[in-house]
Amino acid sequence: MSNKMHINLTVNGEAHEFLAEPRELLIYTLRERLNITGPHIGCETSHCGACTVTLNGKSVKACTMFIAQANGADVTTIEGIGSPDNLHVLQKSFREHHGLQCGYCTPGMITRASKLLEENPNPTEEEVRFGMAGNMCRCTGYQNIVKSILAAASEMNAAKEAAE
Amino acid sequence: MIPAPFDYHRPSDLKGVLALLQEHGDEARVIAGGHSLIPMMKLRMAEVPHLIDLQSIDSLKGISIAGTKVTIGALVTQHDIIDHPELGRVAPILKETSLQIADPQVRYMGTVGGNVANGDPGNDMPGLMQCLDATIHLIGPNGTREVAARDYYEAAYMTARDDGEVLTAISFDAPAGGYAYEKQKRKIGDYATAAAAVTIQKAGGKVASASIAMTNLSDTPVWSEAAGAALEGTTCDAAAIKAAVAAMLDDIDPTEDNRGPVAFKRHVAGIILTRAITRAWDRA
Repeated sequence: MSNKMHINLTVNGEAHEFLAEPRELLIYTLRERLNITGPHIGCETSHCGACTVTLNGKSVKACTMFIAQANGADVTTIEGIGSPDNLHVLQKSFREHHGLQCGYCTPGMITRASKLLEENPNPTEEEVRFGMAGNMCRCTGYQNIVKSILAAASEMNAAKEAAE
Repeated sequence: MIPAPFDYHRPSDLKGVLALLQEHGDEARVIAGGHSLIPMMKLRMAEVPHLIDLQSIDSLKGISIAGTKVTIGALVTQHDIIDHPELGRVAPILKETSLQIADPQVRYMGTVGGNVANGDPGNDMPGLMQCLDATIHLIGPNGTREVAARDYYEAAYMTARDDGEVLTAISFDAPAGGYAYEKQKRKIGDYATAAAAVTIQKAGGKVASASIAMTNLSDTPVWSEAAGAALEGTTCDAAAIKAAVAAMLDDIDPTEDNRGPVAFKRHVAGIILTRAITRAWDRA
């Protein structure tokens, strides 16, 4: 019962191999085993989205996935999106437009927003609100979060046009 | 929020799944997206000593459309449905419903099979499948069988599926005409206070046929044959809609919970069905 499993997991381009109980939740693997603490634990009940990561191209809540299910997966966290020396456009935009207050929800917000803009590079405000509906901000700073994402989309599109 | 320990299995074909279900009986359960089962396991309301992950079973994936005949594999996610332009043309009510389920992250994981199989009265797909008169495809140790969605639900979490069986797909004949899935919920991610699935076929300015099913207003979805019949032959005017709502209210049996008392739920059910019929008729 509950033998440890051999797990392979790629996080932010780096391959990891370890033994884990199948019931370990992905969020704990990231935070406590791999010390990747960008994804946060907010509610731990699939409601708040603070633990959002990109797993095999999907935005998922890392509190609602067993490590056994994620075996073999490719995961991107906020750490893989930008770094303090090389901020992602979304990170700069959140800073610029005051898209965070306490900041606790921000890694999940930006990780989700990066996937949203990948799927829909030119969203309307309504599409941003709908696409971000799985992420909560208990400071209720939604207005500026939406503003930050829309501004980042414009900037990314302008950069793309300039490159073409 | 740590679930009880379990052994994890990830078979590569259905034969392997069925063998594991045979071997472990009540101690085994299959998992698809896991967004109903994992929370229950974390709360230790469900204990699953043997968890059988379906993610590697390719035969459960994919949407096939031949004319109006639609088959959706059990592992197709709500996101897959929203992201499938051809399905959006042939059966747009699927997309309209999927967009009202949970939130984006959950829709990447949540599957049609899980939503239909779980038997949770709050799930939206069961009512929709009853509205569409869909067929549910099962496989078990004695082979495959088909059950009509309208016969599938027995009580909350109790369905026609035997413990040793796996839901493999749902299929239906996509109806022409107007459609609507209307849902009232307290917030994004909540289950319905009341929801209605409606399809209407129009001929000569009148309702030729209509199908109406309700979500989360009984311990099973409710296909209200009488509500649909009340619209037939009418011009879908206010009196006809009122008659359909009255017929529907006779068929539902809501219970009081944190979404409100019974009288409120019946009130909301009437408003939601009125909106759904009106939208479906506009599109018919």
